[in-house]
Amino acid sequence: MSDHQYTPKSKFGKWFNDRLPLLTLANHLTDYPTPKNLNYWWTFGGILTFCLITQIVTGLVLAMHYIAHADMAFDSVEHIMRDVNYGWLIRYIHANGASMFFLAVYIHIFRSLFYGSYKAPREIIWIIGIIIYLLMMAAAFMGYVLPWGQMSFWGATVITNLFSAIPLVGEGIVTWLWGGYSVDNPTLTRFFTLHYLIPFLILGLVVLHIWALHVPGNNNPVGIDIQKPSKDTVPFHPYIVIKDGFALLMFMIVFAFFVFYTPNILGHADNYIEANPLVTPAHIVPEWYLLPFYAILRSVPDKLLGVIAMLSAIFILAALPWLDTSKIRSAVFRPLYRQFYWILVADVLILGYVGAMPAEGLYLLIARVATAYYFLHFLVILPILGFKEKTLPIPLSITEPILGGSPNLAAAKNKESLDIK
Amino acid sequence: MKNFLGIFTLTALLLGFQLNSYAAEKVEYLKTDWSFKGLFGKFDRAALQRGYQVYTEVCSSCHSMQYLSYRNLAEKGGPEFSEAQAKAIAASFEVKDGPNADGDMFTRPGKLSDKFVMPYENVKAAQAANGGAYPPDMSVLVKARGGGVDYIYSLLQGYEDPPAGVKLDEGVYYNKYMYGNKIKMSNQLSDGLVEYGDGTNATVEQMSKDVTTFLMWAAEPHLESRHKMGFKAIVYLIILTVLVYFSMKRIWSRIETEV
Repeated sequence: MSDHQYTPKSKFGKWFNDRLPLLTLANHLTDYPTPKNLNYWWTFGGILTFCLITQIVTGLVLAMHYIAHADMAFDSVEHIMRDVNYGWLIRYIHANGASMFFLAVYIHIFRSLFYGSYKAPREIIWIIGIIIYLLMMAAAFMGYVLPWGQMSFWGATVITNLFSAIPLVGEGIVTWLWGGYSVDNPTLTRFFTLHYLIPFLILGLVVLHIWALHVPGNNNPVGIDIQKPSKDTVPFHPYIVIKDGFALLMFMIVFAFFVFYTPNILGHADNYIEANPLVTPAHIVPEWYLLPFYAILRSVPDKLLGVIAMLSAIFILAALPWLDTSKIRSAVFRPLYRQFYWILVADVLILGYVGAMPAEGLYLLIARVATAYYFLHFLVILPILGFKEKTLPIPLSITEPILGGSPNLAAAKNKESLDIK
Repeated sequence: MKNFLGIFTLTALLLGFQLNSYAAEKVEYLKTDWSFKGLFGKFDRAALQRGYQVYTEVCSSCHSMQYLSYRNLAEKGGPEFSEAQAKAIAASFEVKDGPNADGDMFTRPGKLSDKFVMPYENVKAAQAANGGAYPPDMSVLVKARGGGVDYIYSLLQGYEDPPAGVKLDEGVYYNKYMYGNKIKMSNQLSDGLVEYGDGTNATVEQMSKDVTTFLMWAAEPHLESRHKMGFKAIVYLIILTVLVYFSMKRIWSRIETEV
C-alpha cells in the first residue's frame, strides 16, 4: 500500500474518513505508483473489468425477460430478440461479450506467462486469477445452456456426463447434478441460478486479485523489482487511466463489430434449433474458448484419464510459480524460454483447432502430440530451463534502458520488437 | 503502437482458427447478391413482400413460423405492408380462440396481434403428414443452418437426379446441397408457380431468392436497425478513440516515456 498518510482536506471528509477510510482507498487507487514502461499487453486487466461489468449489466436485463423452463426458455430468448426493446442488442452484447471476455483473458494469461508475472511475490495474484478463470469457464458453460438450443442441451449432456467417469459414485453424482435421470428442466433451473451467482463470486475474487496486486505492485516488461514511488513509476491516474481507456476503446471497436455485423459467427448454428433429447447433433462442439481443453479430453482413450488430463491441464497452471525455476521474470532476458513460449502458444492454438475437428485419424494424432507437448512444457521444459538457460544481463532500473547508457539497451529493444510481431 | 499490431494479429489468428474450424464441411453454395449484407445492408422491400407470398402460397402448407405475428408484416425494417394490408392478411386466416363465456373454443378471423397460424396442431401431426419427417419451423431457420442464406438459397435449387448407384427410398429426394444429399422434402419450386403482383418473372431462382430474403428477415427482424446503429456506434467509437489517443500523447508527454 502507499507509504504516505492521506488526510482529507474538508472537515466532513476527515470525519467520514476516520470512520470509514473510503477516501484513503480512493486516494490510494489514484496515486497507486505504476511502472511507467507497461506496454499495451498490460491494458487487458482494465479491459477484463469492463467485460465483467458488461456481462453483469446485460445479464441482469436479460434475466428480467428470460424464463428458465425447458418448455419456455427457447421461446423467451426469441421473445427477447424480437419484442423486448433493444433485446437483440442486449443479448448479442451478452453472447459476444462472453467471447470477448475469453479473448481478453487469454491475452492476459499469456501476457503473464511471457513476462513471468506469476513469480514471487505475485503467486497469490496468479492463483486467484486461475480460480477466476475456472469460474469463468463454469459461468460460460452454464450460460451457453440457457437458450436451450441443441448445442446447449447436448453440450450440457456431454460435460455433465464427464462426472460419471469418477469410480463408484460417478453415476450418482451425475444424477444429482441433473436433478433427474437426464438433462431436463431441473438441470436448466439450477444452471440458471448458478449462472446468475458465479459472476458475483468472480467480482469478489477480482477485488482480491486487485488487492493482492496492489501489495507488491505491477510487474513490468523488464521484470525487475522497482522502487515505489520513484522515477520508474507514474501515478495510476491520469497516466494509466488514459492509456487503459485508449486500449479499451480499441477493444470496444472490435467488440462492436462482432455485435453489430457478425453477431452469430462465434456461436453454433445448431443452437438456433430448440433442444431435442431425441436428436443428437452430428458434431457436438463447445464454444471456441473451451476447445483446447476439449481436445485434451478427447485425446485420451480412457474416459476417467481424459477427465483427469483435462482438469490437470488447468490446475497445472496454479503450480506454475513453482514449476518455473528461473529467477528471471521477463522473457525479454530469457532467450530460450522465449522460443518455448511461442511454441506453447502455437501448441494451444493447434489444440483449439483440433478440438473443433472430429476426433479421428490425423486430427486425433495431432491432438495427442499437442497434449503431450502441453504437459511436457510445464512439467519438464520449464523446471529444467531455469537451471540450464543462460539469461541476458538484466538492467538495474526501468529508466536505465529507456534513458540509454546501458549495455543491454540495444539488446532489450531489439528483443522486444522481435517478440511483438 | 507496435504492440497493437501484435494484439490484432493474434486476435485475427484466433478468430481465423475459429472460423476455419466451423466451416468444416465445405460445399460450394450458389452465390447471389444479398442486399442485406455489408455495413449498410438493408432488405429489399419488394423482395420481402414477394418472399412472403412464396412462403404463404408454397411453404406454409407444411412449415410453421411460430415466432412471427401478423403485426410484424407492417413493422419498420420488414416487408412493410401497410397496416390495412397486414390487417387484411391476418383476417384471411382462421384463428382458433377461446374458451368463450360458454366454455367453447371457436374460430375467428386473424388479428394483427395473432401469431402466424400453424399448418399442423403439433409436431406429431406434422410428422404424421410428412412421412415421419418434421418440416422445421422457419422462424429462425437461416440462423439454424451452417451455410445460412446461401445454403437455403442453394438447397431450393439443388434438386437433381441421383447419381448412378445412389438408391432413394420412397418419399426421399436427392439434393446436392443437403447434408448427406437425402432430403424428405420434394422439389417445391417450378417456374411460374406463383404469380407475383408486381409483375416480376417468377423463375425458380427468383422465388428462391425472394423467399430466402423473407426468411432472413424472419430470423433477424431488427437487422436494419442493427446495421444502422452499428455504423453510428463504430464511427462514434473511432472518433472518441482518436481524441483519447491525442489526450494520452499529451498527458504522457509530461514524462520522458513513449506510450
